[in-house]
Amino acid sequence: MANMALEKVRMPEQAADERNRNFGEVALGYDADMAAEEAGRCLSCKSRPCVAGCPVSVAIPDFIALLAERRFDEAYAKISESNALPAICGRVCPQETQCEQLCVRGRKGQPVAIGRLERFLGDRRIAMDAEAESSGAGAEAGGMASAAAGGAAAADGAAAVLGGAVQTGAGATAPSGADGEGAASVAVVSDGAEGMAQASAGTAPSGGADGAAGAAGGVAGESAAQASAGPAAPGSRHADDAPAFAAATAAPAAPAGRKVAVVGSGPASLTCAGELAKRGCRVTVFEAFHVAGGVLMYGIPEFRLPKKLVQQEIGQLKRLGVSIELNAVVGKTLDVADLKGEGYEAMFIGTGAGLPSFMRIPGENLCGVYSANEYLTRVNLMGAHRFPETDTPVKRGKNVAVFGGGNVAMDAARCAKRFGADNVYVVYRRSEKEMPARAEEARHAAEEGIVFRFLSNPVRILGDGNGWARGVECVRMELGEPDASGRRRPVAVKGSEFEIGADTVVVAIGQSPNPIIRAALPELKTHSWGGIVADEATGATSVAGVYAGGDAVTGAATVILAMGAGKAAAKSICEYLAAGGSMALETAG
Amino acid sequence: MYKILRKRELNASVKLYEVLAPRVAKKARPGQFIVLRARDGGERAPFTIADSDAASGSVTIIVQEVGKTTRLLGTLGEGDGISDFVGPLGLPTHFGGARKAAVVGGGLGSAIAYPQARSLLEGGAEVDAIVGFRSRELIILEDELAKASTRLFVTTDDGSSGRKGFVTDALRELIEGGAGYDLVVAIGPPIMMKMVCELTRRHGIKTIVSLNPIMIDGTGMCGCCRVTVGGQTRFACIDGPDFDGHEVDFDELIRRLAMYRADEAASLERWRDHVCRLEGGAIG
Repeated sequence: MANMALEKVRMPEQAADERNRNFGEVALGYDADMAAEEAGRCLSCKSRPCVAGCPVSVAIPDFIALLAERRFDEAYAKISESNALPAICGRVCPQETQCEQLCVRGRKGQPVAIGRLERFLGDRRIAMDAEAESSGAGAEAGGMASAAAGGAAAADGAAAVLGGAVQTGAGATAPSGADGEGAASVAVVSDGAEGMAQASAGTAPSGGADGAAGAAGGVAGESAAQASAGPAAPGSRHADDAPAFAAATAAPAAPAGRKVAVVGSGPASLTCAGELAKRGCRVTVFEAFHVAGGVLMYGIPEFRLPKKLVQQEIGQLKRLGVSIELNAVVGKTLDVADLKGEGYEAMFIGTGAGLPSFMRIPGENLCGVYSANEYLTRVNLMGAHRFPETDTPVKRGKNVAVFGGGNVAMDAARCAKRFGADNVYVVYRRSEKEMPARAEEARHAAEEGIVFRFLSNPVRILGDGNGWARGVECVRMELGEPDASGRRRPVAVKGSEFEIGADTVVVAIGQSPNPIIRAALPELKTHSWGGIVADEATGATSVAGVYAGGDAVTGAATVILAMGAGKAAAKSICEYLAAGGSMALETAG
Repeated sequence: MYKILRKRELNASVKLYEVLAPRVAKKARPGQFIVLRARDGGERAPFTIADSDAASGSVTIIVQEVGKTTRLLGTLGEGDGISDFVGPLGLPTHFGGARKAAVVGGGLGSAIAYPQARSLLEGGAEVDAIVGFRSRELIILEDELAKASTRLFVTTDDGSSGRKGFVTDALRELIEGGAGYDLVVAIGPPIMMKMVCELTRRHGIKTIVSLNPIMIDGTGMCGCCRVTVGGQTRFACIDGPDFDGHEVDFDELIRRLAMYRADEAASLERWRDHVCRLEGGAIG
C-alpha cells in the first residue's frame, strides 16, 4: 500500500539565519529511512508521466520501486542506465517543471520528491566509493584517479588502462599518422564556459599517451561488448554497474579504441565523455581552467552543490579511462588541426555559455561592479570566501545590488549575504511571477534575508567620485502586453526613478557562448547570437565529425538539458566512427 | 606542473623564467599572454609572453616582484614546477605593415616591448627602441633590445645611464627631429602609455598599447578585464590585449587596476609574516 501522505517527507535544511553566514550546503538530504518512506508515495502508475518529463528519460518509477524496497544498489544502477550524474541532478535539476510537475500525486498534494530520492542514491554511492577508497579496497582505482590528476605520468597511466580495456581485434580504422600503433582517437574538448577542466598537464604531449595505449580500433560486436565491460574492470569495484558518467546502455557498433576529443568539462562534456568511454572510445577532455567541472565548479555555489561531490563524480569518469587535459584552451592552446594530427577522429564541443552580458548602462565599469560570472568564479573556483588563506580577493560589500531574476542572480545574492552584507537586493524588471529562477532558489534566498525589488530596472550605476560604485538608479516598471517569450513586456514608468544604495553591484542578466572556438574554426556555423548550429537530435554541426551540445548550442539552460545533449552526441559520434567517419575540416552538407 | 627550465635575475626585482609548456610554445605569437597559478590555491595572474621556442617547448615570461604571487614565483628555482600555465591567450599584435616604428617600453614593459621590436624588425621595419627605467641598476635586456632594434635609446629618471628623463621626452625629440614614424608601440605602466598616447595623438601617429588589467580566466568568461576603448566596453583578454591607444580610457584602467590594492597588501603582508616565521626572515 502506497504512503498516501499529501506532502513530501521533509528534507532537513540548515536554518536560514545560520546558513546565510556559512558556505555549507543548505539542503541536507534524506537518510535511508526518509528516502524509503518518500519512495512509498509513488503509485507506480502505468502512465509514468514523470519519465516523459525527464530530458534523459530516467526510469523513475522503476528506481523508486527498488528504493522503496531498500534495494539501494539496484535503484542506483537503474538511474545510472540513463543519468550520468544523479547526485548533481538531484540537487540542481528543476524537477518542479520536469518530472515532478507531471507526477500523478501532484494533482492532489505534493508530487513525489523524485529529485531528493535521486540525490539520496547518488550521495550514497559516492559515500560508499569514498569509504572503500580510504579503506584501501579501491587502491587500484584510487591510484588511477590520482595519476590522472597529476602530470605526464597521468596521461600515460590513463591511456594505458583504457588501452588495456579496449584490446580488440580487427583494426578497422584507418591508421593515423600520429599514433604509433595506428589506433584512431577521439578528443573531447570543452573550453572556457562550461568546460573548465583539462586534466593531465599540458606538458605531456598526447603523443605519449597514445604511445602508451595498445589499443587498436575495432568495430566488431564482440569487441564492443568487451570494450564496454572493460573500462570498469581495471579500477572499479563496480564492474557490473554503470560508473557515474556512463549510462549502461547497450553499446552500439564499436568505435573501440578510437580517439575522441571533448572540449570543455561541464555537464554536457562530462556526460558525452563518459558515454564515449563506456563504448570503448579513447576520450580526452580538454579544459581551459585548472580544474575540471565547468559551470558545476565555477558557477554553482558550494552551498547548492558541494565541489567535492563534483570532483568525486569526475574521479569516476577518470576510472573509466577518460583523460582530462587541464589548462588547454581549444582554439588557442591547440586547434582542430592539432587534434587531427594527434589522431583524434571526432570531437564534441561542450563549451557552454560563459560570455557574460552587461546592461550597457553608464557606470558599469566602476570598481565594485561585477559580472555574475566573475563574482561567482572568484568565490566558487578561486575560493575568495577563504581569502586571505587563498590568494584571490572579492569585494565584501555592505550593500549589494544584483541585477537579474534567474538562478545565477539568486546564487550571487546568496553569496553576497554570506560575506556579511547588511543588505542584498535582487533588482528584477518584471514581477515575481515572471522570475526565471527556480521557486525553491527564490524561497531560499528570501528566507536568508535577500530583498527583492521587482518591477525595477537599473538605468545607471552611480559613482562615488573616486571610481567606485555607491548606488544604482532604477526606474519602476509596469507590465504591458506579452512579448515574444510570452511574458508580459515591462515598460518604464515615466518619472519613477529611485535610488538603491549599493557599494557592490553584480550583473546577472545572462551569458552567451564563448567566441574562442568559433573564431578558431570559421567553418563552424553559428547563430548571430553566438550559439553553435547543431542538429537537435544528433548534435551534428556543419563540420563533419564535430558535434556540439549544451549551452554552447542552446544558450544558457539547465545542467540536465546539457547532459541530454552530451548523451545524444556520444551516440551519434559512435555511429559516425562506426560508419568509417574521421573528422575532417570539410563543411558538411 | 610546468617545469621551470631556466631562471635568470635581470635586476633585483625582475626575473626571467623559461617554462616548459610545449603546446603554448608551439602557438605563441608576439603580443599574446599566459595565465598562471604559481601554486595550488594561488590566484590566476596574466603575464605577457616575452619569448617562446617551439623546438624546445619553452615559453619565457619576465616577472617583476610586486605582490604575493610574483614573490612566490621568485622563490621557485630551476627544476621547480608552476601549478598551472595556460595560453597563448589574447590576439597577436598586428602591426599593419609599419615601415618605421618606435617601440617604447617603460620599466618592466621593456621586456614586453622586446618581442614586439624583434617582430617588427624581422618584418622589415626600421625600429627605434626607446626604453626607460628609474635608474641605472634597474635596466633590463639592454643587449637583447639593441639586437632587436635599428637604434636603441635608454632613458633613466635620474640620469644615471642614458638620457636623463622619461621615455616621452626621448620620443618627443625623435618625433620633432623628423623621425617620421608611422607606428608607435607603447608598453609599460598605464600612466606612461597614457602620456605616450597624448604625445602621439598630437602628431597623428598610430599608437598600439598593450593593456594589463586584472584577469581571472583570460578567455572572456569573467569580464574582469573590461576596458573602455572608443566608448565601447571591450574585454582585454579576448579583444586585446592590444588596442588603439588613442581610444583607451586610461584613467578607468588605472582605477580598476587599483581595485584590490588593500587586499593585495594584506595578502602580501600575511605571506611575509608566514615566511618570516618559517625561515627567520629570509624574504625581504
